[in-house]
Amino acid sequence: MNETIPDKATILDWLEEVKDPEVPVLSIIDLGIVRDIRLQDTDLEIVITPTYSGCPAMDMIATMIKMEMAAHGYPGARITTILSPAWTTDWMTEKGKQQLKEYGIAPPLPKQQGCDQRLFQEAAAVQCPRCGSYHTQRISEFGSTACKALYQCEDCREPFYFDCAISKVAFA
Amino acid sequence: MKALIDYTLHLADNTLILAQRNAEWCGHGPVLEQDIAITNITLDLVGQSRSFYQYAALLLNNGSTEDSLAYLRTEREYKNCLLMELPRGDWAQTILRQFFNSAYQYYLYQYLQQYNDPQLSAIAEKSIKEVSYHLRWSSEWVIRLGDGTEESHERMVQALQTLWPYTGEMFIPAPYETELGIDLAAMQVSWQLKIKAVLEEATLDVPEKIFMQQGGKAGIHSEHLGFLLTDLQYMQRTYPGCEW
Repeated sequence: MNETIPDKATILDWLEEVKDPEVPVLSIIDLGIVRDIRLQDTDLEIVITPTYSGCPAMDMIATMIKMEMAAHGYPGARITTILSPAWTTDWMTEKGKQQLKEYGIAPPLPKQQGCDQRLFQEAAAVQCPRCGSYHTQRISEFGSTACKALYQCEDCREPFYFDCAISKVAFA
Repeated sequence: MKALIDYTLHLADNTLILAQRNAEWCGHGPVLEQDIAITNITLDLVGQSRSFYQYAALLLNNGSTEDSLAYLRTEREYKNCLLMELPRGDWAQTILRQFFNSAYQYYLYQYLQQYNDPQLSAIAEKSIKEVSYHLRWSSEWVIRLGDGTEESHERMVQALQTLWPYTGEMFIPAPYETELGIDLAAMQVSWQLKIKAVLEEATLDVPEKIFMQQGGKAGIHSEHLGFLLTDLQYMQRTYPGCEW
């Protein structure tokens, strides 16, 4: 057990080491799913929220947080999941959005569109993470995991993912 | 408290049973993208059902868990609407049922966001983002198939005939919904307007008022649910407590 009690900034640094299992360049801090760190003496509680309800990575993320905290001397850290307020792409860090782009996944749109039920609308302009063109086409609204939609760039022909945990918010 | 538990289980069962039906398409969809789409929707529904089961387990406070509620309750204890347990049928029937359900969930979750129970509100707030996506996708497919080829149109007409008598139950209040004051009448009006608009664009006739089947919300099910649960619960029934 640690002799000195760390501050929240230190715990945030530790959490930076916990990566999204589906997009391993992103830390859970950059993804914006850590909502609170509650620290009282040696009692540590970390509050997280899922990007979408069916996210199968949530149990794994909770385990990874526990292991990371245990490695720093907090084997008893508790993980609490909350649903409200619901996650939005606004909670992603700028660093996270940049990392997502470098990884080859189009980052979230700058402007969210609210709850739009118009049918057969043009897919929102998504920027190609490879060449930067907005001349892209949506191939499928759903991709290989429940959080990715499939796009292709009409200019450089690169096929790429648009993060759908993100697009569900942006398009829905 | 009993009414709130029963209602939460009803919401959980609706989403789980429809998810199980949709999951039957995994690897069998008509084209790859739509196979992936329907199974992605399934995953969202399973996620929503887990939130409801976890809440029900918390309210029950008797050692139940999300898993015991899903895997160890019998047919009569399940409270899903009959619509969710009907066989998947062909792609037209699967799409139409998903559309009926997504439209229902869309107005239901809008309502529950304002409802006087913080956890049900939170689950609804989280889930409506996913449901909006499902509703748009399924609406577009109802229109493509209804206003598509002669065969796709005919299959949608058949699906409509098969499913329509099961759509009324969603809005016939069960005793637990009455006790909690859930306003199904307002939801029904919104639902009917949405259905009418999409069916008309799909060149499909909105069915006449007919006798509506019911029973699922009270645990009285069709013969289909038992077979579905046999599949769903097989592992836990055969190897109690097994984990992987």
